[in-house]
Amino acid sequence: MRRTALFDTHSRLGAAFTDFAGWSMPLRYGSDLAEHHTVRDGAGLFDLSHMGRIRVSGDPAFLDWALVGRMSAVKVGRAKYTMLCHTNGGVLDDLVVYRLAEREFMVVANAANAAVVRAMLGEHSNGYDVRVDEQPGVLIAVQGPMSLDVLGTGADLPYYGIRPDRLDGREVLLARTGYTGEDGFEIYCSAGDAPAIWEWAAARGARPCGLACRDTLRLEAGMPLYGHELSVRSTPFHAGLGRVVALDKPDFVGAAALRSVAAAGPETLLAGLVTEGRRAPRAGYRVLHEGTDVGVVTSGALSPTLGHPVAMAQVTAALAEPGTKLAVDIRGTRVDAEVVALPFYRRAR
Amino acid sequence: MIPENLRYSRDHEWLTEGSPATVGVTAFAADALGDVVFVELPEPGTLVKAGDPCGEIESTKSVSEVYAPADGEITEVNVTLSDEPGLINTDPYGAGWLFKLRVTGDPELLDAAGYTALVS
Repeated sequence: MRRTALFDTHSRLGAAFTDFAGWSMPLRYGSDLAEHHTVRDGAGLFDLSHMGRIRVSGDPAFLDWALVGRMSAVKVGRAKYTMLCHTNGGVLDDLVVYRLAEREFMVVANAANAAVVRAMLGEHSNGYDVRVDEQPGVLIAVQGPMSLDVLGTGADLPYYGIRPDRLDGREVLLARTGYTGEDGFEIYCSAGDAPAIWEWAAARGARPCGLACRDTLRLEAGMPLYGHELSVRSTPFHAGLGRVVALDKPDFVGAAALRSVAAAGPETLLAGLVTEGRRAPRAGYRVLHEGTDVGVVTSGALSPTLGHPVAMAQVTAALAEPGTKLAVDIRGTRVDAEVVALPFYRRAR
Repeated sequence: MIPENLRYSRDHEWLTEGSPATVGVTAFAADALGDVVFVELPEPGTLVKAGDPCGEIESTKSVSEVYAPADGEITEVNVTLSDEPGLINTDPYGAGWLFKLRVTGDPELLDAAGYTALVS
């Protein structure tokens, strides 16, 4: 099992660990609900070093070809949410791509897909003047409304902006990105500096948080998780994320398949569901309409913030409209569900 | 950490001596579940066989079945858990108890040393 540079820090804090894509990662330090609420009303501290980081140096036209978004249009110091698709249009991973300089990009991939993303970028780079390299280091996130107070810098950094900065005297890349639905920052630093930066942020009020609450936070925020809402068997359009596909680009990997789905419309769509009671729909549970199977739950939990169950499900496109009455088979019991617009939770600004 | 005076099932439940026995989940199981957010328990009067699923414990991440640790009749359930399911995490051997069971027959259970060996 791979360990991050912060493994000993987590052990000292008494973390419960979980195997995540071959990495031993903190699942929770104490109460996952308390960690969830901290991110909603304070500041949480996450080790995300398992995520893949790939440095792409060279011709920006390469990423326009390899990814579905128009990455050459991203300004230096800004980031864009995008996807890597198969030629058949299926999603291989969702990514955040930061433009660090005119010809320098950092691609951040899901841990489970990092090797695939790196291999596919390498393959697609044939004929382009680019280098694709693994980028070492650590990724720490500070998320929540008190994040700015913790860091003491970054107020002028726009959402989805990135810049070099110093934290506790140490050089970092500071990005205003995250996966929780709150204001927050992601800090790219060296493995050597990571323990000190972690301790510094914790001492300034950020509470260590594990992957358990990261999942409920992103679910409330309606953000997709690869392997649940996204997979190679469906396109960005199926996940309601067709906006990330720049169909007007001349050509790119997956263009023909994606144009055809965009024109015909996907047969199924991602929908937000809310249910009564406290038993949550879970991934894999059947979704029904008037007794007929119309879809499957991709993620679900009792929302810690809202106090009722929320779920995302891939359902027949015509039934994905907010207000539609559906049902979920929760371990043999049919529970009424209503389609609602995503996200379930939106922070006050 | 594992109370000496209780008996244990291989499904990580504890029982008090005597009958009706109070039944709960062990701290080991509660820690593995994470924060419990919902508990469904059998109706008092339900007859159960050892190993029967007779309820559910949901945490934010997962759902686990509650198994009857012995043959018998459910005589009482912990109604406080419907409002405060987190008691299973904070006080698994006390206020987080699940139900009381009038035990019939001679159940196969572990003592504290046997359960310690099971989870170590």
